[in-house]
Parts: sequence; C-alpha cells; structure tokens
Amino acid sequence: MYIGAIFSNDIFCGRFTIAKAEMTGSPGPSLLKTPSGIQGLDEITGGGLPQGRPTLVCGSAGCGKTLLAMEFLVRGAKDYNEPGVFMAFEENAEELTENVASLGFDLVTLQKRKKIVIDYVYIERSEIEETGEYDLEGLFIRLDHAIKTIGAKRVVLDTIESLFSGLPNHNILRAELRRLFRWLKDQGVTAIITAERGEGTLTRHGLEEYVADCVIMLDHRVTEQVSTRRLRVVKYRGSTHGTNEYPFLIDKGGFSVLPITSVGLDAEASDDRVPTGIPRLDTMLEGKGYYKGSTILVSGTARTGKTSFAAHLADETCRRGEKCLYMASEEPMNQVIRNARSIGLNLAQWVKKGLLHFNAVRPTYSGLEMHLANTHRLLREISPSVVVVDPISNLISIGSMNEVKAMLMRLIDILKGRSITTLCTSLTHGGSDMEHTEVGVSSLMDTWLLLRDIEYNGERTRVLYVLKSRGMAHSNQIREFLITDRGIDLMDVYAGEGIVLTGASRKSQELKEEAEAAARREELERLKRELERKRKVMEARINEIRVEFEMAEEDLKKAILNREMKEKILLADRAAIGELRKADVPPTGEK
Amino acid sequence: MKTGEKERTVKTTGKQKATKKAAERKAHPTTEKEEYFQLRLYVAGQTPKSLAAFANLKRICEEHLKHRYTIEVIDLLKNPTLSKGDQILAIPTLVRKLPVPVRKIIGDLSNTERVLVGLDIVPRK
Repeated sequence: MYIGAIFSNDIFCGRFTIAKAEMTGSPGPSLLKTPSGIQGLDEITGGGLPQGRPTLVCGSAGCGKTLLAMEFLVRGAKDYNEPGVFMAFEENAEELTENVASLGFDLVTLQKRKKIVIDYVYIERSEIEETGEYDLEGLFIRLDHAIKTIGAKRVVLDTIESLFSGLPNHNILRAELRRLFRWLKDQGVTAIITAERGEGTLTRHGLEEYVADCVIMLDHRVTEQVSTRRLRVVKYRGSTHGTNEYPFLIDKGGFSVLPITSVGLDAEASDDRVPTGIPRLDTMLEGKGYYKGSTILVSGTARTGKTSFAAHLADETCRRGEKCLYMASEEPMNQVIRNARSIGLNLAQWVKKGLLHFNAVRPTYSGLEMHLANTHRLLREISPSVVVVDPISNLISIGSMNEVKAMLMRLIDILKGRSITTLCTSLTHGGSDMEHTEVGVSSLMDTWLLLRDIEYNGERTRVLYVLKSRGMAHSNQIREFLITDRGIDLMDVYAGEGIVLTGASRKSQELKEEAEAAARREELERLKRELERKRKVMEARINEIRVEFEMAEEDLKKAILNREMKEKILLADRAAIGELRKADVPPTGEK
Repeated sequence: MKTGEKERTVKTTGKQKATKKAAERKAHPTTEKEEYFQLRLYVAGQTPKSLAAFANLKRICEEHLKHRYTIEVIDLLKNPTLSKGDQILAIPTLVRKLPVPVRKIIGDLSNTERVLVGLDIVPRK
C-alpha cells in the first residue's frame, strides 16, 4: 500500500510538471475571430467566425441562410468597418435589397457608400454548351475585382451550389471550388458559403469536404404544426464552441440567436422587496412583499382570480414608475385592461405612459423556442423590472411537458439573470392535485401562492395561502379573499374552534360567536353580582355575631363586677366580725 | 496599357470583319437565311486553354461562317468589369451575341461538332 502510494504520487508529480510546462510555454498564435455582429452567434462561437477563413452555413430551403449571410455583411460594414462582397447565385441585387429591407437593412445606401458590393451571378444551363477544357477563372476575376474595388474583408457566396445545376462537368467544378476556397483563404477574407442541406449529408454536393474550418447548420423544424428555427455549430476547427441547438429568431431587428442553455445559476439574490399591490398580502409576506428578482407562481383553478393578482402587481409596479411587461397568451390586451378596470385598476394609463407593455399572442403562434427568443428580444427592448406571464399552463399546448419545463427553466434563468421579478400564473384543472402545477415547474418558483375555490354550504368562496416563499417567514394562514370593485381584499383570519370558515358561513359563525360572547359577558356579570351578594351576606352575619358578642360581653362584664363587689363585701364583713371578737389578725399570707 | 491591348485585339478582328462583310455582301447580296454572326470570346490572359480556344474558333469560323462573322476577344484580366454583362464564370467562354438568342459555349472549343451545334450552325439532333 505504502509503496503504491509513493509510486502514484511520483506519476502525479511527473504529470503535474508536464502540465505546468505546457501552460507556461509560449502558446501558438490562437485563432483570430471575426465578430459576426449577429446577436448571440458570437457568444456561441466564442467571438465570431474564423478570421480569414471560409465558414459553411448549410440548411434546408427557407431556414434563413441568406439572411444570416447578409446580416454578417451588413453588421460588418456598419459596426466593424469591414466592407463586404455579396456574390448571389440565386437572387439578383434588386430582389435581395427588397428582401432584407424588411429587416431594416438599407443595402442601397451601403452600396452607394461603397461598403457593400452585390454581384449577381446568373447561370442558365440551357444556354450553355460545353466543349472541352475550361476553368472558372471568370468567377475568380469577378470576385477579385469586387473585393479590390471596396477593399472587402468579408465575402458571401450564396448559394454556390447552384453552379452544380448550371455546369454539367462536376469534376471540373469540384476542382475549381477547391481552388476557390483556397484562394479565398489566400485573400485573407472571412467568407460565408451557403449550401442546401442534402439527404444524410450536411450539403447536397458535399461542400463540407472543402470548407472544413467552421460549419454552421440552420434548421427549421415543424413539430405539431409549430415551427422553430434552430442553429447549431457543427464544427469549429481550432476553437471551442457551444454544441447545442440554439433557437434563433428572424424579425425586424434581424437575426438573433439565443445561447440560453448556457445560462448558469449565478444570478444575484437581492434583499430588496417588491410590494404585491395588495397591502394585506404584503403582511402575509413579512409585511414587505415579494423579493426583487424572485419568481412567483400564482396557481389555481379557473375563476380564482389569478389574473387579478397579476394585474395588481403590474399596477403597483407602474405606480412606482417602473416598467412592466405583461405577456398574455389567453386574452388580448384590451380585455385584460377592461377586466382590470372592473376591479378598480386603471392599467390603460400605464400603457399610455409607456410603463406597461403588453405582448399578447397565442402560444400556438410560434414554437416554444421562438417564444423564448421573442421574450428575450422584448426584454432587451423594454428592460422591465417586472414580467407577468399569464398563464404558463397554456404553453403545454405547443410542446411536451419536458420541453415546456426546459423552456420555462431557461426563461426563468434569463429573467433572474436580469433581476426581473416574474409572476407566472398557472391554471390547475379541477379534480387534479392542487399542489401540482400542470407543467411541473413548482420547484423553479421562489414564492407560490395557491388560490382555491372552496365549495361549502351552498356557495363558493375564494381562499389564498402562501404555499411557500423562499427566504422569508411567511404566514401559514389560509385567507379568504374577495374580489371587489376596489381590488382584491383579504379578509381577517378566523381563528376559532379549529376550523376555517369562509363566506356566509364565516359570517354566520361570526354572528354566532358574537352572541356567544354576549352570553359569556352576562354570565360573568352574574357571577360578579353573586359574589357581591355573598360578601354582603357574610358582612351582615359578621355584624350579627358582633352584636351578639357585645351583648354577651356586657352581661359577663356586669356579672364579673357583681362578683367582685360581693367578695369585697364579704371580706369587709369578716374583718368587722373579727374586730368584734378581738381575734388576732393573722398575716394575710396565711389566711 | 491594358485597354490599348484590348482595343488592338478588337481592331484586328474588326478589320477582318469589315473586309469579310463587304466581300460577303458582294457575293451574296440578298441572302436572308445566311445570318451574320457576332461572336465574343472571353479569356483570362494567354493561357493554353485560351489560345487553343481562339485557334479552334478561328478555324471553325473560317470553315463554316466565312465572311459573315466577327470575333471580339475580351481579356478579363485586363478588363474585369466586362465579365458581368455576359455573366461569365467559366474561361474560356464563347458568347454568340448575334443572331439572337444569346448562346454560350464554354471550354476550349476542341469538340468541333458540339461547337457547331452550340452555335446553331448545325441543327441539334
């Protein structure tokens, strides 16, 4: 054992020194990266695309290859002062300009300012006859000319594979493509080459054989009629990269990729509190409300007032002058506002002031990931301090339980990472276990308010309790609440006879209690009076005895006096007789 | 310098064209079906393929289109912007500008039969 230990220690030391030498030794020039400028992509790739090398972007039709490539050029030209050449094989310059105008890219101006050159390469098989040897020097010359005209640092070839249908001799084409990619490297331009996805291969014509430095795959999947765009870095030679599939979004702000699965649990925990908007609910939560940046779940069956709780929080947040994002997936904005008005909350004023933002879309509008991406974008644009998701249980309609849970987890992580207080409502179906959310996310929540509908004695009443609230000594009481035209009103805790009563029975119980209390008060009075009476009787009797005693005392005193008198007289009599008889008087002691 | 060379190339063909045109008109004053061919050969420098293509083209034209053709040789190395107009990718490329429709033949034109078919001189099989 001992020898073994030494031996392994030796090995360990040896390894250690080697590792140390490697670490201290001068590292080779690390791979330079060109920031793509695309939201999120640079995070996944650890800084961008390999500088001075071609990157292959592959994917099936309509998954956004051209847009990704175009944004790469536009961002380069605008943000990094790197002019770019877009060599289009499928669309002409006018079509491209129109297509990307919807993303806010002004190609006309960029072209005028010599930041971007669009070269449309058109090839028509029917016009072409092949006779003998040729090469693609023409393409090289065009590209070279375009690069030199504006001093381009970025190049896009979209989609070069269409040459395969235009040129019959694939052997020559392949050789020329290989030469082209090598030539691009020699030019030192960072290039994106797009290609259609093939059956069982990354690209239809195997371009991945030639462009091997970095391969990005785009995907557009439809599950249960809902589509989600995803991006994956298949390989990145000489660099670490995120390997997951990341959802991405194409909208009016351009491309955005979300590296959300990489979010760690490193959010800060704040001691600040956020009032709930319902004063007596604040009291239940140590008198201060929710923690800032915490996640609150309000679950309950239908009609229990979940949305009203949400509306209160939104109202309270805006009242403080902070921003709130309300994501409604069941009701349109105006309906939420109208319903809130019926409980005395004027949400419309906050919308007008720009503090309250609504995002009301059906969950089936897009896939889960798209929702996430969308939320991410909204958070960036609005930067709210409170987010309401009403309800989360609705999301189950567009994904499996696991998917929804994973998505919510990431959503919550994003929100926590930004210290945003989040209130989610969740509908529990009648009959199912109350302390179980439909999407199984309760463990992700910091505070859980459970709303219940209690049917008793011919009526239904709403009750609330704080099932959990991490990090605070919250109330453990079940409280009845009323939804009035002045908002939610929590009723007093009824704490008698070990049962909780609500509604009319609570009221009747209260009346009964009042009657009982009155009876008890009377009884007490009665007892007090009796005591008084007893005392009086006692005192009367004491008096009587005293009088009796006094009478007896008088008699006795008289008798005693009488006896003493008699004795004196007797003595006096005896002395008188003795004198008469002239008897000597004995000493008194011997008498 | 570059343009000068190019112009010279064009000029020589231009002279040939002019003389041939005149001769042709004299010989066949009213031939309708005998169309006039305006050809353009795109090359990139004096590569063996380009030279071969020019030689082959010259030979074919002399054999089949005597007195009714012009050849314009465009060197893309000297004039890269010209590649866009005719959408040139492959080198060498022969473009038949006239008669319409435009036709393109790529390669060194070593296969005479296919060149003739491509130029519509011989009907397609």
